Parts: sequence; C-alpha cells; structure tokens
Amino acid sequence: MNHPHDLPNQKHSLIGKRIPLIDAFRKATGQAIYTDDIKLPGQVVGKILRSPHPHAKILSIDVSEAENIPGVHAIVTGRDAENCFGVLPVSQDETALAVDKVLFIGDNVAAVAADTEEIALRALGAIKVEYQVLRPFLKMEESLEQVPEELRLHPKTYDGTNIHKQVEQDFGDFDRAYDEALWKKRQSFRFIGVTHAFTEPMCTIAFFDADERLTVWSATQVPHYLHRALAKVLEMPMHRIRVIRPTVGGGFGGKSDPFPHEMVAALLSRKCRRPVKILFDREEVFYSNHGRHPSKIDVALAIDKNHKISGLHVDALIDGGAWGSFGVVTAYYNGVLANGPYKLPNFRYRGRRVYSNKPPCGAMRGHGAVNTRYAYEILLDEAAHDLGLDPAAFRRDNVLPPNTKTINELRITTSGIGECIDRAVEASSWKDKYGKLPFGHGIGIAGGFYISGSALPIHWDKIPQSTVHLKVDLDGGVTIHSLAAEIGQGSDTMLAQIVADVLGLPIDYCRVFSEDTDTAPIDLGSYSSRVTFMAGNAARRAAEELRKALIQAAADLSGYPPEVFILKDEKVINCTRPEIQVSYREAVRRAMKDCGALQSSGCYQAPPMGGKFKGAAAGLSPTYSFQAFVVELSVDLQTGKPKLHDVWAAHDCGKALNPLAVEGQIEGSIHMGLGQVLCEEFAYNKGNVLNPNFLDYRTLSPMEMPRVHPILVETCDPEGPFGAKECGEGPLLPILPAVSNALFDAIGIRFYELPITADRIWRALERQKKSSATLV
Amino acid sequence: MNQTRTKDTGSSTGNPKESFGNTLRFLTLRVNGSELRCAAPPKALLLDVLREEFNLIGTKRGCDMGTCGCCNVLLDGQAVPSCLVLAFDCEGKEIQTVEGLSVEVDGHLHPLQSAWAHSGGSQCGFCTPGFLMTAKELLEHNPHPSRDEIAEALSGNVCRCTGYKKILDAVECAAQQLQGISQEEER
Repeated sequence: MNHPHDLPNQKHSLIGKRIPLIDAFRKATGQAIYTDDIKLPGQVVGKILRSPHPHAKILSIDVSEAENIPGVHAIVTGRDAENCFGVLPVSQDETALAVDKVLFIGDNVAAVAADTEEIALRALGAIKVEYQVLRPFLKMEESLEQVPEELRLHPKTYDGTNIHKQVEQDFGDFDRAYDEALWKKRQSFRFIGVTHAFTEPMCTIAFFDADERLTVWSATQVPHYLHRALAKVLEMPMHRIRVIRPTVGGGFGGKSDPFPHEMVAALLSRKCRRPVKILFDREEVFYSNHGRHPSKIDVALAIDKNHKISGLHVDALIDGGAWGSFGVVTAYYNGVLANGPYKLPNFRYRGRRVYSNKPPCGAMRGHGAVNTRYAYEILLDEAAHDLGLDPAAFRRDNVLPPNTKTINELRITTSGIGECIDRAVEASSWKDKYGKLPFGHGIGIAGGFYISGSALPIHWDKIPQSTVHLKVDLDGGVTIHSLAAEIGQGSDTMLAQIVADVLGLPIDYCRVFSEDTDTAPIDLGSYSSRVTFMAGNAARRAAEELRKALIQAAADLSGYPPEVFILKDEKVINCTRPEIQVSYREAVRRAMKDCGALQSSGCYQAPPMGGKFKGAAAGLSPTYSFQAFVVELSVDLQTGKPKLHDVWAAHDCGKALNPLAVEGQIEGSIHMGLGQVLCEEFAYNKGNVLNPNFLDYRTLSPMEMPRVHPILVETCDPEGPFGAKECGEGPLLPILPAVSNALFDAIGIRFYELPITADRIWRALERQKKSSATLV
Repeated sequence: MNQTRTKDTGSSTGNPKESFGNTLRFLTLRVNGSELRCAAPPKALLLDVLREEFNLIGTKRGCDMGTCGCCNVLLDGQAVPSCLVLAFDCEGKEIQTVEGLSVEVDGHLHPLQSAWAHSGGSQCGFCTPGFLMTAKELLEHNPHPSRDEIAEALSGNVCRCTGYKKILDAVECAAQQLQGISQEEER
C-alpha cells in the first residue's frame, strides 16, 4: 500500500523491519547508565522525612538538633519553597514539601542532605514535628461530603466538598434510548488501585553549581515538564536549569509527573552547593504511587431492537488520593474514551474525581480508560449472551467505521477494529470454541481503542508538540536531537529507524541524543502514547529536509535534476539511470560546502479538531489504535484458581515500524493488564499502604503468563509516520474484560469487582453450587 | 574514634553497637576473575560493595529485599540476590556479575547477551543483568531446558516491561547457540 510518506521510487530499508533496539547491547552488558549509576564528585545523600499521619496539620518543625549532627549539610522544609506545582496547569496543588498540612502517610515533610545515608537517617530521626491530627478521608464516598474548610484537602475543591473535579457530558438522548431498548442493564463495578511497579526506583541527582546553574539528572518520562516545574518551584529561569534523563528503568506513567523529590533534591543542593542524590527505596516508590485510580463505576447500557448499541451511561467515582496529578484528565477519560471502538449514538457521563488521604493516583498505562472499558465490555458480553448472539459477531456488527466522528466529536481516521475482531476470531478458532468448551474451560473476547497522543497539549502555548533536530558533519553520522524520553519502549530506536530509512542509511549512522534539555528541542515526552506518532513525524520531516539537501548536492555534482534522485544504500542514485550515483559521503561534503555541518529541523503539531463544548479537548487525538483480544482459560473447580492458556491479541497499530518492538509493547501490556484483573491490589489499612513491596504486591511471574499471540493489524494511518499509530497502551485495555468474559464462558459467573482472585472465584463457585441446589 | 577508619561513621553517639558495625575491615573478593580489594564494614552487603566500591554498576538495586532479582549475581555459580548477601561471606568465593559475562568469551558478547538483544528481551533493561545471571545458572545446570523449566527458573526475577515472552525466547535461543558451540568444541 502506498502511503503519503512513501516516495514513489524508494523502497523502505528499515521501516517495518524487526530490528533489535539500538540500546539493547548496552542494556545486555550492564553498560546502560541509569540515574543511580551516576556518582558525582562531592555527592551527598538526600533523604526525606515522611508523614506518619494520613491527615494532619503541621504545628511546628524543629530541625535544630538535626542541623548539629556532624555530616549533615542541609535541611529543607516546606517553608523553603511554597510555590505550588503539578503536571497540569489547571491543578497545581503540590509543594516540594508539605507546608501546612500532610495529606497522606508517606507525605513529604522535611529533607536532609548528609554525607551518608546513615547520617541522613539519623538526622531525620532528630527532626521534631508537632502534628495536630485531622479527620482522614479514606473512602471515596466520604470525600463527597461538604466539610469545613479545615477538612478540605486543597483550597480549590468542588462546592465545599473534597471533590477535585466533576465533569458532566450528555450527547444524544440516553433516556429515550434506554426506554426504548430491547435489552438494557444497569450495573455497578468496583476497582481497586494498582500501581506501575517499574523495576527502577525513582532516583534524582541535583547539582546547583558555582555558576548558579542547576543540573538535574532524573528518571523521568517528561524532562520538559520537570524543567518547567523546577523553574516555578525554585523561582529560577528555565535557561539556568538543565534536565538530563539518564536511562530510565520503566515508567508506564509513573514517572510522568514532576515529583516533589525532584524539587527537594534541587532545594537541598542549592542550600549546600553539592550534588545531592535522592534514591527511593521500594517502600517509598509505593508511597509515591501515581498509579491507577481506584474507582466505582456505574454503567447503564442499552441495545436496540436491531441489536445495535443505542445508549451508554457512565457514572464514575474516582479516588484521586492526595494530589491532582493528571486527575482532571482522568476524570474525563473515564467517560470520553468509552466512545469507541463501537458506534455509540447516545452517551451520558458524569465523572467525579475526589481527593482522599492516600498516596496520589495519576497516569498509568491505559490512563483513565481501563476500568470503564472493563465495565462496558462486560455488559456488552451480557447483552450478547442474553440476546442469544455470538459476542464476537455482535461486537463486529457495532464497530466504528473509518473516517467518521463519534458522538462526542472524536475524529476517527483509520479504524482496524473490524479486522482485529476477524483475525482474533480466526486465529483462536473462536467459532469452534465459544459456548462449546466443557464446564470450567472458557473463551472470551473484548475490544478496545486508545489515543495516539493527546491532540491538545496541556500547556496552551502553541509551540509544536514535538520537534526533532538533525545534524550531519563530515563523518556522515547523523545526530538526532529530541526530548522524547526513551523509557524502554524503544523510542530512540524508532527515531533512528525513521531517519536512517529516509536517508537510505544503515541504522548505525544515527546517534540519538534524547536526554538533555540543553541540547534537545522541546518534546512533550513519553506519555499518552504520543511519541511514535508525534516525535516520529517530527523526525521524518527533519530527515526529509536533509534528504532534500543531499539530493540537491547530488544534482549539483552530476548535472541531473533533483527529481530523479533517491537515497539508497548510502548512495544518492539517479533512478532513471541507476549507473549515475553520488556516494552519500560525497553528497554530504558537497552540501556542507558553504554552511558547515548540515542541520535540519522537523516538528509536529496536531491539526485542529474537536467540538466546542466544555471538555471537548479531552480524548482528542490525531488518530486512535484499535484492538480485539480473545482469551482462553480454564478454572480449577476445586480451588478456583484460573489458568490462562492463550491470548490472541489483534492490535491495529497503523503500521508496525518495528514488529519486534510492537510485539514487546503488546506482550508487556497484557502482563500488566492481567495483573490488574487477576492479582494486583494496592491495599490500605487506615490510610497505610499494606503491601509496599514486591512480595505482597504481586505481579504475575513468567510461570503464570499465557501464550501470547500478537496479531499486527496495519491500517496505514494517513497522518501517522509511514502509517504508524500507538501500540504502548491500547493493548492493555481489552485483556481485563476478555479474561472476565472467558471466565463467564467457563463457569457462568460474572465478576463486577477486581481483582478476580482464586478465592473470589472459589466463593462464587460455592454460591453457584448452593443456588443451583436450591433450584433443584 | 579513628577518623580514617570511620567512613560512614556512626560514632557521634558513641553507641558501641553502631561503631562495631561501622569499623572498616579489609575485604578481598574475587569478581569476574579479578581480585578486588576495599575496606568495608562487616555489615556491608555484596550489592553495595559491587556498586559503590568496585563501580560494577551493571548489578541493579531494585528492592533491597531479594524480591525482584535485579541485583542477582553468581556466587560460586549460583544466582543469588546480592542485596541479601554479606560481602564478607563471599570471601574465597567466585563472584560473577553481568560485566563478567563477556570476560569468559574473550570480550565478545556472551550468547545470552546477544540472544537478549536480538530477541527483544530488554525494554527498559533494568532487570536484564539480574535475569542474565539467573539464566546463566540455569543453562549451566540444564543446557536444554523446556519453556516451562525456563519460566520456573526465572520466576524469582521481576520484569515489568516484556511480559516475559521475549525473555523466554532469548533463553531458548541462547541455549540453542550454546549447544551449537559445545558441539563444535567436541568436534
């Protein structure tokens, strides 16, 4: 298929090829440098004193004894930097350290920089904090109460309550659709919180040097937002601050906010003028959380007499924890991202995100869309079952067509949902299995769709969302400068692949520098599945500029017009007379004649789109990924333990630029989603995290993973770079409901609460036995 | 208190317990075929000594309680989480870290390393060194493991990126390559 980004005569040498990630050898040899691997001369240890109370007023902090401990270099408290920050400009409600109140167990109270960790810990123990304990808000429902100002977690809340954000949307006429429905059901769902559980703990080094410049090395997904927040909190101009992102050991959304400890490291360093490193232990990582919101979601679904989805009503109550984080977006996404991958003519939504005295929730892989997707897909399955329809065919019958607009004005360009369903059904032999497997053995299907980058940036300053700079010098090597953060998803490889492909070079000509705000042009970073689409397009455009210059040079050298040349195999070739060639090096040298090193720039900004109503920007994306998964499993009827056999995961990624990397994203998403549906749970007792470690917060081991069969569906998006769309988050969505629907097929029981642990299944089976006994 | 001997001093309180734990002693370890020496307190953990004293930063700190496997190293051929091992208990033993994998293949990539890279076994890569060491122990004891045996052997290592499929692929692929190498050697 010809794509607008393809040249008519030039075949791709790298796009679509399975190639190892360009940092794979560094990582496999232990040579990749993560933040904690950096040790600067004179570096000291930073440690944070944390709150023992879920909600309390700070009456006083006495640091005098701690200050006098030999080896202590600096102590900071909330009073040292009171400027608020937060990832979203609309909810800036965090401070580097608590100023008046602590809001959760583990909240940041004071911090120490000292020669060693031991001294720092002793100093923390010597800080005396006087608290006045306040009533904690630990259940979502409590946060809906109107309370006196003192008991509100933040100054800006909704109507005297602890509601952080309330949104309402209404499209079409849901009531009428519900009244006239052939099949309808209201159901309440409950979801506990889960967390990213990346393997690399948070780590930051800050150095405020003799030139009064601040350099911050941090494990972050978005160096640019960190850069902005540091400037605001430290009251320093951005040009005196440099953010460096070393290799990041996994993010999944959990490193996308600017964090208090990053501010604290900088404040400590400014005070003691030494490099300060703050490394979290695993328990602190859990306190820091920013994982998926626990939620209670009420859903009503209507199916009309033609077996078409006619109405959906979602009412989501979302537990945000102590801070805003990405929560305004979460409040919208829980509703708006239900508008695919099926046609939905009537849609009503209310979302309420509340503050509570627990570690903050934020963005996590599949941000905001996962729990509602579960609820929606379970009800769709129930409808199909009750109406005697095949759930796969019923979904197939309701898909969003390409080139359409949803009722909430999301612009759909390409849509591979139909093909995803067809191929997952085919590969899994669905028709031979659905409803035909023995009791205890089942198969289930679910669909999903996800944004490929947010079309509207969170800062409305009209700069491109991604910019990529290229530089070629005499050695012919292409240096790629970008601030799209490589966090393991392979974005550096994607940039190198695109640039090398456009220039007809082997990939090792490209060096990617994507870690330094001093040298890279701004990119909004690695979240919302935006990098391949946006930074990929920016890289493509920058490379096309260079290609133009090289072709012009070849034209000048050979006397043929530029139109006839292509770049291939390190040559600029006249495609009408292939014997006329200029080597890549010669072309570079010629192009450099009057200007020195060649440079080019490419950028990406999403086209205008979307409705005019309040909240219209939420969920808008230049394109969407689509997916349909089929799961086959069995249940041990004695113990309730589920065993997953196979997952057929069809994902429309537009164009798989690197199938090896795309599969990796699909397989990893499935692992994370299976964790949420089967075993992961962020557990609390009176606001205290009960399981802040990998023993008690259990992720699935390799022995528990099913066979995963990725199916790559390529719809060639007209605006994606060479057709590509996202693949990092969407594949998480369908796995949860597909498992649950397979459980229904296996044992005839629906689960409206996650996680579906073996003991829950066993109890449900016992109830089933009893009730069938009563029926007899 | 002798200042030269109290590197991470606990001496200000004069607590004898603390100063006992902090008194530095000479430590000699055999790591990746080399003899390495440093001064460390008796309580020093192998992970801290490898990273902080010997700058062998390929061994990663993930959880400090033996639950993630990111700090796994080989101790006399057995994969252990180095965050749970006292450094002084390792004297006289053979320690191998990820940096040592290529030492035994003359500076080339160990088949496990190249298999990891080519199969997509690393995404963020933070868990990779620990996995490599565990996998190496497996293949030394069981050169032809089944996929289930690989999964079982690696179940003490946490990877949050890959969903483990490509990690299992990598070990299978390395096992085949090593098999080829040993057959060649036999010839």
